[in-house]
Amino acid sequence: MANEKELRAHQKYKKRSSLGMVWHQLKKNKGAIIGLILISLVIILALCAPLIYDYKQDIVKNHVRERMLYPSAEHPFGTDDLGRDILARVIWGARYSLAVGVVAVLFALVVGVTLGAIAGYVGGVFEDIVMRVCDIFSSIPSVLLAIAVVSAMGKSTVNLMIAVGLASSAPFTRVARAAVLVVRDEEYIEAAKAIGMRDWQIILEHILPNCVSQIIVQATLRVGSAIISAAQLSFLGLGVPAPAPEWGAMLSSGRQFIRDYSYMTLFPGLAIMLCVLSLNLLGDGLRDALDPKLKR
Amino acid sequence: MWRYILKRLLMLIPVLLAVAFVIYAIMNVAEGDPVYSVAGADATEEQLAALREEMGLNGSLIERYFRYIGNLLKGDLGVSYVSKQDVMKIYLQRLPNTLKLASMTMIFATLIALPLGIIAAVNQNSWIDTVSMVLALIGLSMPNFWLGLLLIILFSLKLGWFPSGGNEGFKSIILPAFTVGAGLAALLTRTTRSSMLDVIRQDYLRTARAKGVPEKTIIRKHALRNALIPIITIFGVQFSNVLGGSVLAETVFAWPGVGRLVVDAIDQRDIPTVTGALVMTTMLVTVVNLLIDIVYAFVDPRIKAKYSK
Amino acid sequence: MSEKEITRNEKILDVKNLSVRFETEDGIVRAVNGIDLDLGYHRTLGLVGETGAGKTTTALALLRLVQSPPGVVECDKLEIGGRDIRELSIEHMEQIRGKDISMIFQDPMTALNPVFTVGDQIAESLELHEHLNHEQALERAGDMLEMVGIPRARGKEYPHQFSGGMKQRVVIAIALACNPKLLIADEPTTALDVTIQAQVLELMNDLKTKYDTSMIMITHDLGIVAEVCDEVAVMYAGRIIEKGTLEDVFRETMHPYTEGLFNSLPNIKNRTARLKPIMGLMPDPTNLPPGCAFAPRCNYATEECSKEVPELKAVSQTHKCACCAYEREGFCIERRAKK
Repeated sequence: MANEKELRAHQKYKKRSSLGMVWHQLKKNKGAIIGLILISLVIILALCAPLIYDYKQDIVKNHVRERMLYPSAEHPFGTDDLGRDILARVIWGARYSLAVGVVAVLFALVVGVTLGAIAGYVGGVFEDIVMRVCDIFSSIPSVLLAIAVVSAMGKSTVNLMIAVGLASSAPFTRVARAAVLVVRDEEYIEAAKAIGMRDWQIILEHILPNCVSQIIVQATLRVGSAIISAAQLSFLGLGVPAPAPEWGAMLSSGRQFIRDYSYMTLFPGLAIMLCVLSLNLLGDGLRDALDPKLKR
Repeated sequence: MWRYILKRLLMLIPVLLAVAFVIYAIMNVAEGDPVYSVAGADATEEQLAALREEMGLNGSLIERYFRYIGNLLKGDLGVSYVSKQDVMKIYLQRLPNTLKLASMTMIFATLIALPLGIIAAVNQNSWIDTVSMVLALIGLSMPNFWLGLLLIILFSLKLGWFPSGGNEGFKSIILPAFTVGAGLAALLTRTTRSSMLDVIRQDYLRTARAKGVPEKTIIRKHALRNALIPIITIFGVQFSNVLGGSVLAETVFAWPGVGRLVVDAIDQRDIPTVTGALVMTTMLVTVVNLLIDIVYAFVDPRIKAKYSK
Repeated sequence: MSEKEITRNEKILDVKNLSVRFETEDGIVRAVNGIDLDLGYHRTLGLVGETGAGKTTTALALLRLVQSPPGVVECDKLEIGGRDIRELSIEHMEQIRGKDISMIFQDPMTALNPVFTVGDQIAESLELHEHLNHEQALERAGDMLEMVGIPRARGKEYPHQFSGGMKQRVVIAIALACNPKLLIADEPTTALDVTIQAQVLELMNDLKTKYDTSMIMITHDLGIVAEVCDEVAVMYAGRIIEKGTLEDVFRETMHPYTEGLFNSLPNIKNRTARLKPIMGLMPDPTNLPPGCAFAPRCNYATEECSKEVPELKAVSQTHKCACCAYEREGFCIERRAKK
């Protein structure tokens, strides 16, 4: 009994001190701080969008008289072919991109980490099957896999999330399994078994905390690529259905007017890039903070 | 060595069967029975059943899968719902264009990334290192199709240097290859840099310096050969992403490759074409990965020794 | 006087006031702090000290291989075979390295490039310095391999196919390929099994005589010093604290630190005697104590010791020691008092 308490106390101590260390390291990294600030701004804008705009009035309603206006003081990003303010639509679009990115990655994380952790812990045939399936999923180009899933299940925001999530599960499975393999034969796992902890308890309390940092880094970087994947599918007409202001879909419709109204293809793309760039900056910073050896 | 390659080739078979199964399963849980859309609303039950048999849609999923695999082994991917043409024939028509784009992409990415990554590593923390790392980060964060649109605006609409689409001559491949290659180049630059930094710290370079080997030879011969190993890995991992990226670039630049084929087929709910193209593309990725594993052995004698065991 | 004797009086190596510091984010690491070294032709110098005393850095500075940045090397004189190499161009330095002065590194496991055959790696310096073509160089590399006791056919093999002791033989072959005037061996046997250590040492001793090479043997093992060296310099915290002939340092030990090194060795003659390790640790080179760096660990230290860095003073014609305790009347360390 005392043994178990000690074990837990040890892990709590380890977790807290390492989190503090990570923050300390992260603070020193200018890029990571810029990324953190930018992504926070995007999140705040996305959350506040309904306070600034009315969805029906400002985002989707056509204003025939204000069609295709170049950027001006009134419409800083100009208006699109249906007379809608592009700035408003770009801000509202952050809601879709962030939601799809985060939910898809959460989906991938839950599926991937569960499978990976169990595969690493159990080993044997189950591990073989899971890892082979992982190989298969990695050899199908992720865009094509997502396209296949969406086209099979139909176009909707939820299906888009599932498709992108499914296509990014394999890396999480690998990370989780590798992390489990590292600690599986450690003595404190033996100790936990010896005091009669159940397998799922051991996985949750002793093994997963060891790979949390890697999973956080993976997740941060993956949200960025999930946002890009979602935009790609929407661009191909397989994502969030019209008239919703999804960035990829906006680029797709702006593309028809690329010759004379190129500003329409400029701003939604910039928004995607800003979002992904800040997530990459943050993710890189986190990785360096978690593994100072890699920092160069 | 040859035994290893043979073993790997044999191991490919179950993997490819599984790949085909996954794709076939995904594509065939599609909502709606394609028979209805082909036969029209007022078809009788008998007509539908006959059509189902004709299209190879009778029987359970497993039955149909085994029939599909049987045909696949004979090189038959079925017939397109839309054009009524042999899917394998359509695929093989498009494949050279996609391979052309993919190889241009990889050549282009290597030409940029390798020197940039090496210079950045050798001059660590200099301005050139900072600039190339910022460029790489931007390259990684840019959606490729948007980059493609920007390239069209600048290089074909404003400057008129390159065509904005189509497949006519060498000029028309430049923009699509750049579009797909930018992300790969960014990733390769980062990998090259970190891999070189890793190698530069190794003791054996100090041995080479103590021998009096000139610094340029040390980088070009001693360091690069070792740094290549992780760089080749990236090529293997990224080949599938290059094919994925070319789906977008093919759409933006109206490039008649496999990617466009898939996107168009999905629009038309042409399931045999989508399934066939996906299965074949995945096989291509798997085979390329095997080739890359073999290339390893020629760069690193330790891996060759492992293969030979 | 014959011509040969004149060269005997000259020095292969003459270094005055060599300092190396590393300017890092966490402060300035003072690795080597103003040392003088000289060595006659055909002699062997043992550079002795604990890990972190600055021995390897000194050796790298002699080859001008200290990484810069962060390393900064300063010295008043750095002559190899009578030629000052401080101001030589990089290209010129590259011609000297491997030809006039070469080095054997501590860890043979990592000292060889894994993607080239050992034959190629030996041949490379021959191609560079002796201007042989590849075939000739490989032929000579085969000779070198046989010299260090490896069949020449194994030249076609890669480093991972060799054991640790074999790899170190290859490293020695690389270092000796162009018949250098000065060979620096940085703990060449530390990473090897004890049984292999003796073989490698014997090989080096033989080759040294055969090639008439001068050598600096860097080690922390006094046994190796006794076996191989003519002269000894003891380093502590980047300074030489005692220096002399093998006789001087082993029989007439002066410095308390040198005494401590001897006391840490098991005594075969008196098996009941307990080991007397030196207490404490080497001072942090970013923050050296004022005065004698050894004072905090020294049994004989007085307040005087922390005031000023003791000078390396001559005790006899060949023997020098840096310890201010000898300014006290009648001071004598225990080791010599016993005799």
